[in-house]
Amino acid sequence: MRFESPATVAEAVTLLNEATGTVYPMAGGTDLLVRLRSGFVEPDLIVDLKRIDALHMIVQEADGLRVGAAVPSAELNEHADALAGWPGVCEATGLIGSTQVQGRCTMVGNLCNASPAADSVPALVAAGAIARVVGPNGTRDVPVEEIPTAPGRTSLKKGEIIESVLLPTKPAHSGEAYLRFIPRTEMDIAVVGVGISLTLDDSGICTDARVGLGAVAATVLLVEDAAKALIGTKVDDAALDALAAACSAAASPINDKRGTIEFRVEIAGTLARRAAKIALARAQQN
Amino acid sequence: MTHSHVTTTINGDTVDYLCDAEETLLDVLRDRLGMTGAKEGCGTGDCGACTVEMDGRIVCSCLVLGAEADGRSIRTIEGMAKGEELHPLQRHFLEGAALQCGICTPGILVAARALLEKNPNPSETEIRYWLAGNLCRCTGYDKIIRAVQNAAAEMRGESNAA
Repeated sequence: MRFESPATVAEAVTLLNEATGTVYPMAGGTDLLVRLRSGFVEPDLIVDLKRIDALHMIVQEADGLRVGAAVPSAELNEHADALAGWPGVCEATGLIGSTQVQGRCTMVGNLCNASPAADSVPALVAAGAIARVVGPNGTRDVPVEEIPTAPGRTSLKKGEIIESVLLPTKPAHSGEAYLRFIPRTEMDIAVVGVGISLTLDDSGICTDARVGLGAVAATVLLVEDAAKALIGTKVDDAALDALAAACSAAASPINDKRGTIEFRVEIAGTLARRAAKIALARAQQN
Repeated sequence: MTHSHVTTTINGDTVDYLCDAEETLLDVLRDRLGMTGAKEGCGTGDCGACTVEMDGRIVCSCLVLGAEADGRSIRTIEGMAKGEELHPLQRHFLEGAALQCGICTPGILVAARALLEKNPNPSETEIRYWLAGNLCRCTGYDKIIRAVQNAAAEMRGESNAA
């Protein structure tokens, strides 16, 4: 195995594109190195992205906050603008692993690892986040929900990496939240995860919403019916009932050691209801 | 197999080593540098026994490649005591019997030091969440939490620290 630490995105893309065999870009390494050590992957080349200064940036742009691929969760969760504008994304990313893992793990790595149970992804989907993909054929912007295609698989092509994620600026009276269910209080993998972002008008009517559901399908889902259940309402009990029903209907989970199908379907609705209440309270304060 | 030549700082000293691409920082510390304080428990980032500090943040050294440490600043358990003088955390772990077999202890001490340097007066909840990635199968954790609280009180200069 070869290990390279390029200093620029262009060098990283060239290395990944020209290498033969199994190649992996590495951000925090908290998933890749576990798989490497346990023998699930035998890379010929690992390209570390952490020596690329541009990927460490959190930058306020005209249309949102751009978070580089090498920004660890601990740093994101110390960034005042990120915490104020995207509390759902920050709390979701902050739930990944232990303090030790938080110092290394990244939002982009979590997205590209393409686990259906990835905590940050439902929150990113709800936030309408846009991944900036760079590769041998240039740069393209892709909605995050189009990145994972199956467990462990992404729509990225050979030589492509995600260099950053844009968290679009929200209108006034917007709020977002992420909740997951785990049987412990810390350090576990989501049985169900729900991210919700919503916007109210001056009279408190919901004008826009996005709902991301995790761990209940092969990829994280953007649930449009769940958003429709909120839009046009005051996010009252009837709307929350419709939201919960839409989330349960959208869930098509598997049975595994962490939860049964029946349990996950019901919890998807319950968590959506609770997350929407938190997002609503935050929207009312903004 | 390609070797990397790494120059890093460990506990304030400049250290050079060669390592293979697959080798973790934990492998390097233990097998190449003879620093066996950090322990390998799970090797998958779950147990925290291999915790060290890298550029001010605690990490599982089993989930860091040795080559990644180039130019970084590493702090390990070996740098915690000043000669014969134990760090208050080490002393309170001994006095409070916050360890039994001791395998998890170096990782917990390094993690707890990082917490107290960031937050000199953490609540019990904050200590428990901060240390959630450090597993101990002997003590049941309460003595560990109390030892951290007592060391924190002493380091804050509170006189009646137990």
